[in-house]
Amino acid sequence: MQAIGNWFQHLYETTGLNFSVFYDAYDWDRYFAGLKMTLLLSVTTILLSLLIGALGALAQGSLSRMLRIGVDAFVVVFRNTPPLVQIFFFYFGLGTMLPAVETAGMRVPLLSNVQWAIISLSLFAAAFNVEIFRSGIEAVPRTTLEAAEALGYTRFKAYVHIVLPLALRVCLPALNNNLVNLLKTTTLAYAIAVPETLYAVKQIWSESQNVFEMMVVLLATYGILVGILVWLMHRWERAMRIPGYAR
Amino acid sequence: MATSWTPDQPIVQCVDVRKSFGALEVLKGISLSVRKGEVICIIGPSGSGKSTLIRCINALQPITSGSIQIEGIEVTDPKLDKLALRRKVGMVFQQYNLFPHKTAMQNVMMAPIHVLRQNRDEVEARARTLLAKVRLAGKEDSYPGELSGGQQQRVAIARSLAMRPDIMLFDEVTAALDPETVKEVLVTIRELAEDGMTCILVTHEMNFAREVADHVYFTDRGVIVEHGPPDTLFTAARDARTQRFLSQVL
Repeated sequence: MQAIGNWFQHLYETTGLNFSVFYDAYDWDRYFAGLKMTLLLSVTTILLSLLIGALGALAQGSLSRMLRIGVDAFVVVFRNTPPLVQIFFFYFGLGTMLPAVETAGMRVPLLSNVQWAIISLSLFAAAFNVEIFRSGIEAVPRTTLEAAEALGYTRFKAYVHIVLPLALRVCLPALNNNLVNLLKTTTLAYAIAVPETLYAVKQIWSESQNVFEMMVVLLATYGILVGILVWLMHRWERAMRIPGYAR
Repeated sequence: MATSWTPDQPIVQCVDVRKSFGALEVLKGISLSVRKGEVICIIGPSGSGKSTLIRCINALQPITSGSIQIEGIEVTDPKLDKLALRRKVGMVFQQYNLFPHKTAMQNVMMAPIHVLRQNRDEVEARARTLLAKVRLAGKEDSYPGELSGGQQQRVAIARSLAMRPDIMLFDEVTAALDPETVKEVLVTIRELAEDGMTCILVTHEMNFAREVADHVYFTDRGVIVEHGPPDTLFTAARDARTQRFLSQVL
């Protein structure tokens, strides 16, 4: 590690390229904290958006008309508005209407900016996931569901054991796309001062006067994060492949 | 109602069954009865309502009016326990409809485990026996996509039998198969019939119907035109429509 630090220090002294995060402990800590925040945002919003998306897609197939209309309205609202506006709406709009709570003698908002970012981004991505899951469910032939019914499966059990596993295989490529977008969209949390990677890197370049170098670091960071996500999703796709299944 | 049924009464009893899809009446008053252990074939031109009828027997389609009783259970009863009905009635489809993400073994084992909550080891042993019975020993771990149409259809038959039904419905189960593989499926069905399984078949295989059926129904445009033992129906049909149909297909 020391060798890497020395090399970047040397690079700075000889060429003027200042990758301060790789030799300056203070900058590194800020960058690393930002990276951890980005990972927290990404993992929680991916999981929450998958959960909400799956529930929404199930509700779309429900017998209750109210529920179906509710899901459709949710999809329209969150798909037709910009995610940055949604984040502002939640944080500045709803956030200020919620009561504050007393913690250690300080009045703090009920939900922090990080929590609002997670809620807002999860709902944004979930709206797309609902549609993605629906496309998968609709791709499962009705006759397959009928065969399950003829074997005595209830609608719910048929969904769990037959429809959803097949639907998931159909919609994985589209889901992959949306989750990649979600990971990149976590940078919008910057706008409500969530100290994620973009926010941390912006602070570093303001103080160390190395905008170009930190831009390179920033782009490389997201490039690698998305690369890891795509690699995981492709592995999942391969693991789910059915021998002999018509593609 | 279910308790009043005894095996000497018809196991399936349809009375004046009518079924409409919108303005189109597909079944126009079908009545038939099947006794335990009987093999019934329903023949007739396309669009005559044959498939609709057996789908109604399994409550996959609700009927518009009339009555269908399975072992004394009224299928049209709004409080019908569909699970109880479907335990009694197995169904095999034209397009096999296997679960493509599961192996042959898993296809056979799923419903007894998920629906009947039977012991896994027992279900597995029985599934192995059933696959051997339909001559698929050695194909247990193959996925449907790796099997031929005839093999898939025999997995589908084993899958239905795993629920230990009293009645088996076959909806044109050889219509999608190559001529060579039709035979292997028909052999399986014949063995089932010989074992005493009550079977209702919708089929275009006239020779097979003639050979295995106890009773043949000829339907056209939603009505039963004529019915009787195969020897009589195939050689001495009374109705002109039956004669015309048989002269085209035989």
